[in-house]
Amino acid sequence: MNYASYIFLIPLLPLAGFALLGLFGKKYFNESSGIIATVLILVSTLLSLYTAYNYFIAEGIINGAYPSITAFHTSWLSFSKNLSIDIGILIDPISVMMLIVVTFISLMVHIFSLGYMKGEKRFATYYAFLSLFTFSMLGLIISSNLFQIYIFWELVGVSSFLLIGFYFDKPSAVAASKKAFIVTRFADLGFLIGILLLGYYGESFEFSTLIRQLTDVQSSQSIAITTGTFAGISILTWGLILIFIGGAGKSALFPLHIWLPDAMEGPTPVSALIHAATMVVAGVFLVARLFPIFSLSEIALSVITVVGLSSTFIAAVIACTQTDIKRVLAYSTMSQIGFMMFALGMTGTENTLGYTASLFHLFTHAFFKSLLFLCAGTIIHFIHSNEISAMGGLKKYIPLTHLTFLIACLAIAGIPPFAGFFSKEEILLAAYNSNKLVFGIALLTSGITAFYMFRLYFSIFYNKQMEIQNPHSEGSFSIKFPLVVLAICSIVVGFIPFGNFVAADNKILESHLDFRFSFAPVVIGGLSILLAMYFYKNENDKPNKVASFWGKIYQAAFRKFYVDELYIFITKKIIFNFIGRPAAWIDKNIVDGLVNETARTIEKFSYMIKGIQSGKVQHYLLYFFGGIISLLIVFVYLWK
Amino acid sequence: MLTDFLLLMKQELLLVAIIFILVFIKLGSKERSNESLLNAINILLLINLIAGIFNSQTGTLFGDMFNTNQLFIFEKNILNFGVLIISLQSYDWLKKHKHLIEFYLLLLSALLGMFLMLSSNNLLMFYLALELSTIPIAALCNFDLEKRKSSEAAFKMIISSAFSSGLLLLGISFFYGTTGTLNFAEIPATLNGNALQIFSFVLLIAGFGFKISAVPFHLWTADVYEGSPISVTSFLSVISKGAVVFVLVSVLYKVFEPLSEYWYTILFLLSLLTMIIGNLFALRQQNMKRFLAFSSIAQVGFILIGISGQSLEGTASVVFFILIYILSNLAAFGVINLVSSKCDKESIGDYKGFYKSNPQLTWVLTIALFSLAGIPPTAGFFGKFFLLMAGAAKNNYLLITVAALNMVIALYYYLRVIKAMFMDANENPIEKIKIPFQPKLAMIICVAGIIILGIYSNCYQYIFSLIK
Repeated sequence: MNYASYIFLIPLLPLAGFALLGLFGKKYFNESSGIIATVLILVSTLLSLYTAYNYFIAEGIINGAYPSITAFHTSWLSFSKNLSIDIGILIDPISVMMLIVVTFISLMVHIFSLGYMKGEKRFATYYAFLSLFTFSMLGLIISSNLFQIYIFWELVGVSSFLLIGFYFDKPSAVAASKKAFIVTRFADLGFLIGILLLGYYGESFEFSTLIRQLTDVQSSQSIAITTGTFAGISILTWGLILIFIGGAGKSALFPLHIWLPDAMEGPTPVSALIHAATMVVAGVFLVARLFPIFSLSEIALSVITVVGLSSTFIAAVIACTQTDIKRVLAYSTMSQIGFMMFALGMTGTENTLGYTASLFHLFTHAFFKSLLFLCAGTIIHFIHSNEISAMGGLKKYIPLTHLTFLIACLAIAGIPPFAGFFSKEEILLAAYNSNKLVFGIALLTSGITAFYMFRLYFSIFYNKQMEIQNPHSEGSFSIKFPLVVLAICSIVVGFIPFGNFVAADNKILESHLDFRFSFAPVVIGGLSILLAMYFYKNENDKPNKVASFWGKIYQAAFRKFYVDELYIFITKKIIFNFIGRPAAWIDKNIVDGLVNETARTIEKFSYMIKGIQSGKVQHYLLYFFGGIISLLIVFVYLWK
Repeated sequence: MLTDFLLLMKQELLLVAIIFILVFIKLGSKERSNESLLNAINILLLINLIAGIFNSQTGTLFGDMFNTNQLFIFEKNILNFGVLIISLQSYDWLKKHKHLIEFYLLLLSALLGMFLMLSSNNLLMFYLALELSTIPIAALCNFDLEKRKSSEAAFKMIISSAFSSGLLLLGISFFYGTTGTLNFAEIPATLNGNALQIFSFVLLIAGFGFKISAVPFHLWTADVYEGSPISVTSFLSVISKGAVVFVLVSVLYKVFEPLSEYWYTILFLLSLLTMIIGNLFALRQQNMKRFLAFSSIAQVGFILIGISGQSLEGTASVVFFILIYILSNLAAFGVINLVSSKCDKESIGDYKGFYKSNPQLTWVLTIALFSLAGIPPTAGFFGKFFLLMAGAAKNNYLLITVAALNMVIALYYYLRVIKAMFMDANENPIEKIKIPFQPKLAMIICVAGIIILGIYSNCYQYIFSLIK
């Protein structure tokens, strides 16, 4: 099958949309710009599905494995004899899978925004940025070499900067977009140096060549990169860890996650696209893409596991204490990406379930998390506030949102038969087989996940009954349609036999789903939901009930009150103060503080040395002469 | 012999011809409008650029005093191109100026000095050419005749460069004392690394360091850049610096190759200092010109990393970077020049809300700053990437890491300007500026260059092929 004839259209159609809307959108078709962009991305989506059909079904397995096809390749720039920068399109199971995820979610967000962003002054600009982002993300996915992926990686950063800062008259949005850009850019430097190291030693940027040369223990490149050391650790490990830092920055892993909660200042559909399904999973994709090389270094894999695991736990605990609906979802995303990351980190050479599980979770997560964000969008649209305290009893006003939100919550909580159940089970099983401690933490975290998601659910849809005068409707068809589609996906995509399509060695991985094993996680998830229900379903009623019991059975009421208090004490005082608060404090003061402090120190130092620039020529010449003398001192005394 | 002379020194002779034409115009000048004169000069410069590209020959002249090769010719073409751009950008400023012919006389004399410096094959010749390229610039610095700061800049420039030339000459004298020759071809065989040679070599490097404003030889830069007219500032920071970097690469690689372990250490120290100090100062500048001055100091640090790679890729990446640097920096200076000459506003604060009134100029400046910050897919990213790649050949991870960190700091302050232009509100913004044809043309060329060099790759390969 000749993929080259149409595959390049998949990223180029959104690019055409960007060019068209960016240049002429405002003047000629402000109103219709949404439709134009949506139609273009619809065609991309259909082409992606067609590609997937051809790749997985029509062509299928050749010689026992899915082939890696280079659909298009051209040498673009040769730097030196054995190092050149190429442009290519690589088709293999993960890139095809990601094509579907990105185009499909992007399509849903495009449709949703038709209604959601209606009346926005910069409607055309919004769709232009959305198209640019989709183009960059698609380009990133099909890149066939490290250098190309880096360029698209940066483009993704630039376009998300534009989208987060879309409401640029809001100072907080501007600050958030700047923060996101700078933090991820900081991490990208690690990526860049990692690319330099791997490229220099591996003598190629091309994934296939690089993987072939480095996994062959006999090759000169492999010997050079494993025997060369810096600070006692091999260059290979350094390169991989640096690349992982780049991935961790984009994927908002601890401690590089600080930009993600702030990035919620962007329009909500943007969060559904960028911060749920696409950009934030780029790090997972990157590690998966280079996995054959990562599997060569035990240390690098351990780093990935530790970072992934700590992110997943810390984020889940913080999510329990947040009161802004989008921030809860942001931390939950961080936590779920942590799941994907540590699943990759635990994948060994024999047991490759973790790899499949990680990408499976990436796949299912994309659907239910973007659904959650879109629901949050309609809720915020309805209430005009992000705060949970301003919500309550919304079930009767926005029934469709309620239903779809519930499905997404069940999916993320890992309740069968929703999508999240299947992928999370695989991750837990992979963890169980590889390390019991990791498994324990993962199990606990999945319980916390169910708790905070249902805390959100009950606080929004039950809890206090709000009386809303003249409630406006839930939204137009274009808002409801994506919710329904994504809800259906959140139910059914779990049944896809993912192991048949994506595996570390591109062969078929037998699914190991064992329902006896699933018992514990599901029960823990169910109990967490009940706990959340107990606290948040009727929170405002409890004081009233207690008051009515005052006269009759004082003691019982007191005891009940006491138990209530105890529970509240445990969650609010102990969990919140001793775990949630410190976690938030570390987040705010140490991680954030470190960044701010560095900036302040640099600035202070900059003022300190200001004295040198005095404006007096004789001083300048003195420094000039001093420079010469110091250089001479270096050579005469220190050199030999 | 005569045809050799004419062909080999074609680019220099063309410049001399233009200088003479200008002198005659000046002597015979009655009442001529500045506009038509400027257009005529720009056309002459364009002819000069085009004539320089075609039919070039290589060889040596004057008993090995002067030599030229394909790379030098290409480098001279880059400089010619840069001067043409600066001339187009200065249109608005010069058309009101009384002494515009003198401006060009001095500018082209300095350019001639740079050409001779590139082609010099002898230390003495090199010294003379260096002086020829410096002294006219000091006079140019004073060209905002009624401004006190401009005179101060010229004064500081001449004093500091006299000091550095003095030390350079001292170095050359010592050098002659230990080697007995000044000819570039003969020097490598006589180098043995004794203390006197090292001493004179350090003096020589300091002379170069002064011209490219490497830290700690950079202190004159900020004051001179700020005080001079913007056209002169851009000439100083782009053309003059570029020319000296070209010379530095070829001198270090060819003539002082035996001392490479020494100069590697010097470049290492200087580039660390230059990047860090340049960026730290750039962080808190409020004046656009000073801001660009310090950011261009930091850029020099990156160039030094590329040079330290000591390979064919080193040369190619440095030349490629300078080409991109000329385009990016001139695009930025072009906007600032226009704003300064129309509204007399130079501080970053004045640029708040610039996007509202002048979207086109804002985009030009944004693209230029993105390129300077090294954000893909602008050309600046590739320039920096190649420099780091060339430097990485020495496996000096400290240097690469510091360079990478400095890229982030630089990004921060470039973004600060972009943020001010796009996002900050301003009650008294710069009014809508009507862009005359010449500066507009220069800006279009620069922006197109920044984007095309980022996408179209053959340029680097072309430079690479010139070196072999």
